[in-house]
Amino acid sequence: MKNISTKEIQHWDLIITPKKKTFDLQFGQIWNYRDLLFLFVKRDIVSFYKQTLLGPIWFFIQPIFTTIIYTIVFGSIAGLSTDGLPKPIFYLAGITSWNYFSDCLIKTSTTFRDNASIFGKVYFPRIISPLSIVISNLFRFGIQITLLVIVILYYLYNGYTFNIDWKVLLFPLFVLLMALQGLGIGLIITALTTKYRDLSHLVTFGVQLMMYATTVIYPITSVNSKFYWIIIINPMTFIIEGIKASTLGVGILTTHTIIYSLLSSLFIFIIGILIFNKVEKSFIDTI
Amino acid sequence: MSLAIKVENIAKAYQLGQFDSGSLSGDLKRWWALKRGKEDPFLKIGESNDRTIKGKGNIIWSLKNIDFEIQRGEAIGIIGRNGAGKSTLLKILSQVTTPTSGSLKISGRAASLLEVGTGFHPELTGRENIFLNGAILGMHKHEIVKNFDEIVDFSGVERFIDTPVKRYSSGMYVRLAFAVAAHLQSEILIVDEVLAVGDAEFQKKCLGKMNQVSKNDGRTILFVSHNISAINQLCEKTILLSNGELREFAETNKVINTYLNSNFSNSTTDWSVSVNLSKKACFTNIILSKMGVNKRVFSIGETLEITFEINIQKPNENDVKTCIEIKNSDGLKIANVIDVDSNFQVTSLNPGKKKYKVKFNDLRFYPDTYYISLWCGDMTSIETYDYAEDIISFDIIDGGSLTSRTLPKIAGLLFLTPEWNEKK
Repeated sequence: MKNISTKEIQHWDLIITPKKKTFDLQFGQIWNYRDLLFLFVKRDIVSFYKQTLLGPIWFFIQPIFTTIIYTIVFGSIAGLSTDGLPKPIFYLAGITSWNYFSDCLIKTSTTFRDNASIFGKVYFPRIISPLSIVISNLFRFGIQITLLVIVILYYLYNGYTFNIDWKVLLFPLFVLLMALQGLGIGLIITALTTKYRDLSHLVTFGVQLMMYATTVIYPITSVNSKFYWIIIINPMTFIIEGIKASTLGVGILTTHTIIYSLLSSLFIFIIGILIFNKVEKSFIDTI
Repeated sequence: MSLAIKVENIAKAYQLGQFDSGSLSGDLKRWWALKRGKEDPFLKIGESNDRTIKGKGNIIWSLKNIDFEIQRGEAIGIIGRNGAGKSTLLKILSQVTTPTSGSLKISGRAASLLEVGTGFHPELTGRENIFLNGAILGMHKHEIVKNFDEIVDFSGVERFIDTPVKRYSSGMYVRLAFAVAAHLQSEILIVDEVLAVGDAEFQKKCLGKMNQVSKNDGRTILFVSHNISAINQLCEKTILLSNGELREFAETNKVINTYLNSNFSNSTTDWSVSVNLSKKACFTNIILSKMGVNKRVFSIGETLEITFEINIQKPNENDVKTCIEIKNSDGLKIANVIDVDSNFQVTSLNPGKKKYKVKFNDLRFYPDTYYISLWCGDMTSIETYDYAEDIISFDIIDGGSLTSRTLPKIAGLLFLTPEWNEKK
C-alpha cells in the first residue's frame, strides 16, 4: 500500500530510457540553457581576438584580401563576367555570404569531436554547441556586411547606381536559410563522423568544391553549359543569387527560387536535426 | 520523504575492439535484424564483465540489472574496484550516455561533477570562466551573479580574478573550478573522484563543503571515491558495485566491510609487483587479520596481524633479514620494521616453506589507507631476494574505542594518547 501511495505523489522531472523521440527540438531545454548559449557565443567571439594586436579588425582582413585576390585572378586574369557590377563588390558580396555558410558548416561538422571532453563529463542539450557556432558566426557575418555596405556607399558616392528596391527586405531570410543549411549539413557530418571518421577528411575540400558549383565567383547568366543543372539543383545557388539580388540588384530572385531555397534548406536542416538527435545520446561511447 | 532518484534495471553494454570499417557491415546486419523484429545480434545478454574470465563475443556488459532508489537529502557513496562500473553508472546518472536497457528517473535538478573545471577556456579570465563553467554545469546567470562573491571567496583567487586562467597555477585553477561546482544550486549533486586533486587542505575544505551541502541544505549527493575514509565521513549509505552488478546497498560501515573483505578473498595479493630476482626466497600467502579473523578494515587501537609464508628456494649462507614497510595513501613511509629489532630471526638455512605471524598491538595510525610491502634479503651484501611492494592494503576508518570525534587525514599521522598531568 505504501508503495502505491508514494508512486502517486512522486513527480519525476526527468525520465531517461534507451529510446527517445526521434524528432525533438528540445525548445524547452534550449530555453533553460539560454545563458549557456549566450556565454558560448561570447566565448567564441572574445577568444577569437584575445591577445591579438589588431583585435576585431581581423574580421575584415580575410574578406578584403580574398576579394583583392579574386578580383585579380578571376576578374582580371581569367576575365570572368561579373554581370556588369564593379568587380570588388561582386566578389565581396559572394565571398562574405559563402564564408558564413562554409564557416557554419565546417565548424559545426566537428561539434562532437571538438567537444568530446566536455560532452563526456557534463550534460547540457548538445545542440547548444552548434547553435552557438552559427550565432557567433552570424555576429562576424554582420560585421563583414558593414564592410560591404561601406564599399557600396563608396561606389554610390562615385556616381555608380544600384538597382536596390524592396527586395532588400528578403536579405535576412536568405541569411537564415544559409544558416539552416550550413547547420544542417554540419550536423549530418558531425553525427556520421562519430563512427566513420572518413567524412571529416572530405569536409574542407568538399566545401571548396561546392563553392565552384555555386554562383560565388561567376554570375548565373554566364553559365550555359551541360553542367547548368548541377548549379541549378545546388540548394545554395539561389540563396547566393537571392543575396546578390537583394543587396546589389543583380541576380535571379523569383517566387520559385525562394520556395526552392526554403524547402531545400528546411529539408536539410530537419534531416540534420534527426540524425544529430539520434547520435547525441550515446556518441560518447563510440568517439 | 520522496524519492530523488529511481534506477530501474539499468544495463549498459559496450563494444570491444575498434570501430573501424568493419563496423559498417556490422551496422547493416544489426539494422536488418532489428528491421525484421529480431534481437540485436551483437548483444548477448548474460555475459559478465569480469576481466579475469574470457568472454565470447565483442560486447561487454559494463553494468547489469542495477536497481536502486535514493531518497531526497541522502548522501550516498559508491564504491567498487576499478572496472566495477562506477564511472559508467555516474555517466548514466548524469546523462552523458544512455543505458542500453532500463530506465532512470530523476526528480529535481541534477548537476554532475565528473571533472573539475569542465569547459574552462584558457584565454578567458577567472571571472568569465566562473560564468561559463557555471552555465555548463546548469546554473542560471542570476544564480551565478548571486553567488559570485562567495565563489571567489571560497576559491581564494580574488587577486587573479581578471587574469586569463591559462596563467593560473594548477592549484589555483582547481580551486576556482571546485568553488564554482560547490555553489551549484541543484537539488542533486553527482560527484566523481574530484577530490583527488588539490592539496590536502583544500581537499578538507571541499569535503567540509560537501558535508554542509548534504547535511544543512538537505540536498542529495552521490559520491564516488576510492577514499574509504572520505566515504565513511560523508555518506550514510553506500552502494557497492562489483563486476557491473550491485553487490550491496546498505549502511556505509557494513558496505565498507564487505568491500574490503571481498577484495581480499578474491585475490590476496597481486604477484605482478613482487620481484623475486634471486630465486633464493619469495613471499607467498600474505594475510591480514585481527585475532585470527581475516580483516582489512580496522579502527585505531585495534590489533593488526600480518601472516605470511616465506618460501626458501636455495639454502643461504648468510642470515636473511625480513622487513615490513608501511606506507600511507600518499606514499609516505610510516614504518620500517625489521625482524632483528624485535629480537627475532627469520631462518633461511633450509629450503622449504615457513609461516610467520607479525602482530602489531594497538595500531595508532590516523584514518587512511595503508599499504604494506615485504622485503627479504641479505643486509650485509644488500642483495634483495624478494620485494613485494604495496602487496596488500588495509584501512583505518575511525577512532574505534579510543575516540568518536572525526579524525581528518590532514590533522596528523599518528593518534597518540600520552599521559597528561597538571603540575602543582
